[in-house]
Amino acid sequence: MYVAVKGGETAINNAHKLLDKTRRGSLDIPELSVAQISEQLPLAVARVMTEGSIYDPQLAALAIKQSAGDLVEAIFLLRAYRTTLSRFYCSDPIDTTQMQVERRISATFKDLPGGQLLGSTFDYTHRLLDFTLLADGRTPEELETITSTNQEDDAEAMTRVLHMLERENLMVEEVDEQTTPTDITQDPPAYPCHRSARLQALARGDEGFLLALGYSTQRGYGRNHPFAGEIRTGDVTISITPDELGFSIDIGTLQVTECEMINGFSKLENDDIKFTRGYGLAFGQNERKTLSMALIDRALQAEKYGEERVSPAQQEEFILSHCDNVEAAGFVSHLKLPHYVDFQSELELLRRLRKERMDNEQQGTSGEQA
Amino acid sequence: MMPSENLNESNQQARQHWMSVIAKSSSEALIDLSDTYINGHRFETIRAAEVGLTQVRGRMGGTGSQFNLGDMTMTRCVVRSSNGYYGHSYIAGRNKEHATRAAQLDAMLQDQTYQQDLITNIIQPLANHLAEQKKRKADEVAQTKVNFFTLVRGED
Repeated sequence: MYVAVKGGETAINNAHKLLDKTRRGSLDIPELSVAQISEQLPLAVARVMTEGSIYDPQLAALAIKQSAGDLVEAIFLLRAYRTTLSRFYCSDPIDTTQMQVERRISATFKDLPGGQLLGSTFDYTHRLLDFTLLADGRTPEELETITSTNQEDDAEAMTRVLHMLERENLMVEEVDEQTTPTDITQDPPAYPCHRSARLQALARGDEGFLLALGYSTQRGYGRNHPFAGEIRTGDVTISITPDELGFSIDIGTLQVTECEMINGFSKLENDDIKFTRGYGLAFGQNERKTLSMALIDRALQAEKYGEERVSPAQQEEFILSHCDNVEAAGFVSHLKLPHYVDFQSELELLRRLRKERMDNEQQGTSGEQA
Repeated sequence: MMPSENLNESNQQARQHWMSVIAKSSSEALIDLSDTYINGHRFETIRAAEVGLTQVRGRMGGTGSQFNLGDMTMTRCVVRSSNGYYGHSYIAGRNKEHATRAAQLDAMLQDQTYQQDLITNIIQPLANHLAEQKKRKADEVAQTKVNFFTLVRGED
C-alpha cells in the first residue's frame, strides 16, 4: 500500500539543485553540449532512441545529458516526451534492401555480391585503452587520411544474403501477409501474440535483458543454432503517404541496423526441410541489440517449428512482459517510495504473531509445571 | 478545384522529387539558398508548422510483413501562396523554420511562373549536394571493404 506523504518540499528542491550541480561537475571543466553528445556518443544516442522509441538524435542527446549518462533514465525521459506528441502518420515500411550501407557483413558467405564492408566497428580492435584519446585525441589531418585511395566506382548491388538462400529453396520465406501490424503502444499485447507485436516489443526492449536471453540460447537453453547471415547498418529513406496528398513522399532519412540470423534447419508442416530465421532491427548503429533481438525472435517461433518450450528464451509472455526497462525500472524503483503504513502493518503483524507464540509457549510451560 | 490539385502524373513525380530533396537537405542550406526567392512573396498560413510523430514501420526479414519499429519526430506545415497554390511540407525532425520554408517553396514550385527558376537555383544544387554527400560516404565505407580468405591447415 502506498499512502501520500506531505512535506519535504525544501529538501526536494535542494536535492534537485544538488542534482544539477552533480550533473555539471567541476566548473573548471567546460560544459558538455547536446551537439557534442549527439556527435561524439552516437552509440549511446542510438540505444536511447531505440529503447526510448523515438528517432530524434538531438532529443536523445538531451536526455543523455539531463540523465547524467544514466541511459535507462534517458530512455524514460524520451518515452515521457513521446506521450506529449500526437502521432500524425504511420510510415510506409522502410526498405532496408535500398539502404545506403555504412557497414555490411556476413558470417556465412565469404564472397557475396556487393562484398563485405566493415564500416566503423569495434570488431578487430584489441580492446586496449587508447591513451591518445586521454591526451589530445586524433588531429583532423589524421582523421582525414581514412578517405584516400582506390575509389570504388562500380558499386555492386547488395543482394540480401537470406534472399539468395530463399531462391534456392533452402530458407523459410518471409511472406508479406499485407496485414496492418499490431501496435503495442495502442493495444497491450495479449498472449500468445502476433509476431509484429513481438518484434515491436523486442525493438523497445532492454538491450541487456535481450542480450542475456540471446546468450542463453547459445548456451543450450532453447538452442537454435544461429549464424549471422547478414548485418547491415546505414541510412534508409523514410516516406509517408498523407491522406491530403494521396501519394507517397520522402520526409527524410534515418540510420538503422538490421540483423538477419540464419538458424538451424527444421522440418516444416509440409515435410519440407529449410533453414529458419530470426530478425532484428533498431535505430542507429546498434549491432549487439539487433543480434540479440534476432536470436529471441527465432526462439519465440518455437510453436511454428514444433519445438517444446522449455527454456526462458522461448517463453513469450515472460520475455515480452519483462523486457521493457521503463516498466521494469519503474516498478523496481517504486520500492524507494514511502511504504511507511504498509510496513507498519507488517511490523505490527509480526510483533503480534511472535507475542502470541511466546504467550502460548509460556502458557504451555506453565501448564506443564502445573 | 485548386490549381495545386490539378496534377498529372509527371507533375506528381516532379513534386515528389522536390519534396524529397527539400526534406533531406539541411535546413541551413535550404534557407540560405531560398531566402532571396521567397522574400517579397506573401503566404497565408493554413496550418502553422506543428511537431508530431510518425510511426516508423519495418518489415520482418526486411521483405516480409510489416511491424512497428518506433516513432520518429516530424514537422508538417501548409501555406497558400498569393496565386492560390497550396504548399505542403512533411519534414523529419522538429525544425519549424525548415518545415515552413519547405511549404512555401512547395507552393511556389507548383506555380509555373517560378518553377523552372526554383528548380535550377534551389532544387538542383541541393540535389547535387545530397548526391555528393552520398558518394563521399560510400567512398569512405568502400575503404573498409575486405576480402577474407581461408587457409587450408595441415597436410592433405
